[in-house]
Amino acid sequence: MKYVIKKVIALIITLLVVSFLAFLAFQIIPGDPTTRILGSEATPEMVAALREQMGLNRPMLLRYLDWLGNFVRGNYGTSFTYKVSVNSLLADKLPVTILLTALSFIITGVVAIPLGILAGSVKSKIIDKIVIIIDQIVMSVPAFFIGMIVCFLFGILFRLFVPGQFVPLETDWRACIAYLVFPAVSIAIPRIAMTVKMLRSSILNQLGQDYVRTARSRGNNRRQYLFKHVIRNAMIPVITFLAISLAEIMTGTIIIEQVFTIPGIGRLLISSIGTRDFPVVQAIVVLIAAWIVIVNFAADIINQVVDPRMRNR
Amino acid sequence: MSELLKITDLLIHFHNAAPERNAVDGISFSIDEGDILGLVGESGSGKTVTAMSLCGLLDVKQADLSGSILFQGKELVNCSEEFLLSLQGDEISVVFQEPMSSMNPVMKIGLQVEEALRVHTKLSKEERKARALQALADAELPNPEEVYNKYPHELSGGMLQRAMIAAAIINRPMLLLADEPTTALDVTIQAQIIKLLKKLNQENNMAILFISHNLHVVRQLCERVAVMQRGKLVEEGDVNEIFRNPQQEYTKNLIAAIPTREKRLS
Repeated sequence: MKYVIKKVIALIITLLVVSFLAFLAFQIIPGDPTTRILGSEATPEMVAALREQMGLNRPMLLRYLDWLGNFVRGNYGTSFTYKVSVNSLLADKLPVTILLTALSFIITGVVAIPLGILAGSVKSKIIDKIVIIIDQIVMSVPAFFIGMIVCFLFGILFRLFVPGQFVPLETDWRACIAYLVFPAVSIAIPRIAMTVKMLRSSILNQLGQDYVRTARSRGNNRRQYLFKHVIRNAMIPVITFLAISLAEIMTGTIIIEQVFTIPGIGRLLISSIGTRDFPVVQAIVVLIAAWIVIVNFAADIINQVVDPRMRNR
Repeated sequence: MSELLKITDLLIHFHNAAPERNAVDGISFSIDEGDILGLVGESGSGKTVTAMSLCGLLDVKQADLSGSILFQGKELVNCSEEFLLSLQGDEISVVFQEPMSSMNPVMKIGLQVEEALRVHTKLSKEERKARALQALADAELPNPEEVYNKYPHELSGGMLQRAMIAAAIINRPMLLLADEPTTALDVTIQAQIIKLLKKLNQENNMAILFISHNLHVVRQLCERVAVMQRGKLVEEGDVNEIFRNPQQEYTKNLIAAIPTREKRLS
C-alpha cells in the first residue's frame, strides 16, 4: 500500500514537471497561435485584440495554473485550430494510437521471446553468429524507414493494403486492424531485434551461473534446466526492457503515423506543434508522460512477481 | 565392503591450457561403499576438476578426459549422456562451495530440494513435498515447513548449505561429492555441517568424497585422505597416520598451514 502511494506521488510530480516544461517550451519557441488563426495579413491591432481575448497577455505562471486547474477538473481546453474541445479531439484519435501500440507490442513480445530463447539456447556457433549479424542490422534500421519499405513491398508490390487509405475503426474494425498490422510490424521489427539480443545475452549470462551447475548435478537435461531454471531468471532484465519498449512504441507511433497516414495522436501532435495549438500539445505531452510512468510502474510489479528478491522493498 | 568408485589413471586436459599442463595428471584412487575419503590440496591442484568429472559436470567440449572411472562397476569415461543423466542426482549428488549462488534465486527452497525426485521419480507433488520436508528435517533444519516455502535470499549461508545437503541426499545417493562445502561458512557452522555429513554417512551408508584445502576440517570427518598437488596424487592413506608422519614436503606444508590453536584442538 505504501508502495502504491509512493508511486502515485511520483506520477503526480512527474506530470507536474513535464506539463510545466511543455508549457515553458511554448513560451520560448517562436511563433504565435494568433498569426495562424488570423493569417499573415492581420494588422497588429487585430493580433493584439485576439491575444487579449485568448488570454495570452497574462503572466505565464498564472496561465499555467489556470490550465492546471482546468486539467485537474478533466477539462483539457479548446483547440485553437479545430475550435472543438481537446477532450473530444483525443477521444477521436486516441483509440487508433492505442490499438496501434497494443498491436505492435503484442507482435514484439510474441515474436521476440521465443526467438530470443532460441537464440540463447542454440548450441551451434555458426547459427549464433548469423543471428547476431542479422540482429545487429535489423536493430539499426529506424522504424520509419522499415515503414517505407513495408509500404513499398506490401502496399505497392504485393498490394496487400493501400498505403494512405486508412479505414477508421468505426467503419470496419477488421479492415482497420488489417491496415494497422503493417505499421505495427514496422515499429515492432527493430524492437524485436533488440529484445532478441537482450534475451539471448541474458540467457547466456544465466547459463554461466552456479545454480545451473547445481540443476545439472540433479540430472536435469538441457531442455529441463533451460525451462525450469534459466529462462525465468533471464526474463527479469527483459521485462524491464519490454516495459521501456512499450513506452517507446507509443512515442514511435508518432512518426509511423506520418508514414502510413494514420489519423492518431502522433499526427495530431505534429500538426498541433506546427500551428502552435498549445492546449492540444499540452494534453498529448502529459498523456505520453503519464503512459511512461504507468508502464514503468507495471514493470516494477511484474518484476516483483517474477523475482522474489524485489519484494518487500 | 564392496568397492563403489574406482578411478584409474584419470587424466584431464583443458584445451586452453598449455600442452604439458594437465589439470588432472594420471591419478588413481578408490572409494568403498559408506567410505569417506578426503581430497586435499591447494587451489588449482585439480581437486574440483576431479570431482566434476565424477559427476559428469565437466564440459567435454573444453577438456579431454582419459583413463577410467568405474562407478558400481560401470565405466563413466566417454559413457552416454543418458547414463550420466540417470546417475546425476540419483546415485551421485553434489554439494557445492557457495550455497547462495548454487541455488536458483527465483525458486522456492522446497522445490529445489525435491528437484532430484521430480527428475528421477514419478512421485506425486504431495509425496515429493513430504520427502522434501523429511530431507530438510534430516539435514537438521528447524521448521522444515517454513524453510520449504522460503526463497534462498531469505536464509543464512549455514541454513542454505543444510538445504543444499537436503537436496543432495533426498534420493539416497550412494556417493556424495562435497566440494568445499564448508569453505564459505564461518567456523561454528563448519563444525555443524561436518557433524551433519558424518551423521548422514553413518545413517544412510552414503559414501562421501570430501574436497577441501583445509586439512583440519578433513581430519574431523574423514578416515582416509588423498593429497593432490598440480594434478597428481602425492600421498594417500589413513588421516591420522598422515598427520603423524607426513611423507611429502607438500603435505608437511599443508599441515603447517593449519593455525596452531586449531592444531592443538584436533
